[in-house]
Amino acid sequence: MMKYLSNVVSLEFNSNKCRKCMMCTIVCPHRVFEFKNNEIVINDRDRCMECGACMKNCPFDAISLHPGVGCATAIIRGMLTGKEPSCDC
Amino acid sequence: MNDEKNKECCSSSCCESSSPNGYGYAAGMITTVVGNIVRINSLNTFKDKFEHFKCRVSSFRNEYKIEPKLYALGNPDADSDVFVSANYKYSFDHLRRDLSGLNCWILAINTNGINVWCAAGKGTFGTGRVALAIKKSRLTEIVSHKKIILPQLGAVGVSAHEIKKQTGFTVVYGPVYSKDIKNFINSGYTANEEMRSIKFPFNERVKIAPLELIPALKPFLWAALIVMVITGITGTGIIFSQMYEFGLPLIILGFIAILCGTVLVPILLPFLPFKSFAVKGMILGFIPSIIAIFSIPSVVLIVFSWIVFPAVSSYYSLLLTGSTTFTSPSGVEKELRKAIPLYFIALAAAIICLVLYKLIHFGIL
Repeated sequence: MMKYLSNVVSLEFNSNKCRKCMMCTIVCPHRVFEFKNNEIVINDRDRCMECGACMKNCPFDAISLHPGVGCATAIIRGMLTGKEPSCDC
Repeated sequence: MNDEKNKECCSSSCCESSSPNGYGYAAGMITTVVGNIVRINSLNTFKDKFEHFKCRVSSFRNEYKIEPKLYALGNPDADSDVFVSANYKYSFDHLRRDLSGLNCWILAINTNGINVWCAAGKGTFGTGRVALAIKKSRLTEIVSHKKIILPQLGAVGVSAHEIKKQTGFTVVYGPVYSKDIKNFINSGYTANEEMRSIKFPFNERVKIAPLELIPALKPFLWAALIVMVITGITGTGIIFSQMYEFGLPLIILGFIAILCGTVLVPILLPFLPFKSFAVKGMILGFIPSIIAIFSIPSVVLIVFSWIVFPAVSSYYSLLLTGSTTFTSPSGVEKELRKAIPLYFIALAAAIICLVLYKLIHFGIL
């Protein structure tokens, strides 16, 4: 599996709020979350691409991150216009 | 943008038609309690496949849509599964192909003709539009169950618990790729780790190359023109032999630099060292710089090559992040903050080199 830069993503998981519904382990396309020893844990933060699926589907607000598109064109456009980055794909 | 093109395709106006005759994929009507619903087949014709190819290489994809509504595949009834997709015809075609032989409903959400993942990122494949489509299609009257199956990547825009709250339907996330759907169904509507992971295999990386290369051609032609004029200018006018000796090799090597960033980087991606896309591109960009040593009879222009080609390849490599399946916005922003100042320094150095080259050429230095 290809990995991007280390220690950059904004993903935060609050295990106190987690009720183990498993939605994050289902939706994450990079398998960042894992159910281990009866707990949800982040097994590899650096695989996260900040798509936001886990946060969106967590009914208990246990996950926070700044979702967005990892696209240079969109981010350059965001820097130039001062708006939120958005792609035209 | 591009609104003049693609007239031959299923434009939004033709999609308004309620007649199934306009669709290659339509196979009559099915009567339900809420009225007639277009029945579709699962066959992807040669025309469909040719259009899919056009989506890969041109802006054709921007207008490749179907009418967003409920469709019937095969002979579905009140117990049949409901699959939710975007109204991008490319996605829709793959879904109906991969569901062949099944009797089910397909609910196409209005994503303005954009694929599920991109639309989910923008929020058009989102909780609001999915809930609205459930209500508008009167799904509760058509099926007796309360389950809809969404592509896993739709989770970026859709909140399953919100859909449940707003419509009563339980969202079941299917696999990432529609090719795994039958396997998913046969496994009791569960997907294994493999089916839940997004990948970026060789054939996908090859397919993105033209999408990266084609937009780079226009700035390349302008740069080529400028280089031809600058190398050709002499005290007595623009001389073709000068262009041929100095300008042409620069242009050919410049094109190789663009090919490195747009084509070679995606193809070789897992094998290139370093995680940074800017660095991966820069490394390959030294290929034309090395060739320059043997093909350009000017030290200043060789220095120019060593500055410009790695920078060009690095820049186009960085733009690839938009087509990959694993780059995070935080990471791309970090790269850009480091790379953009360096690109401007490279641009300034390149201009200085060209000026020096001309001054030496004119005998001033």
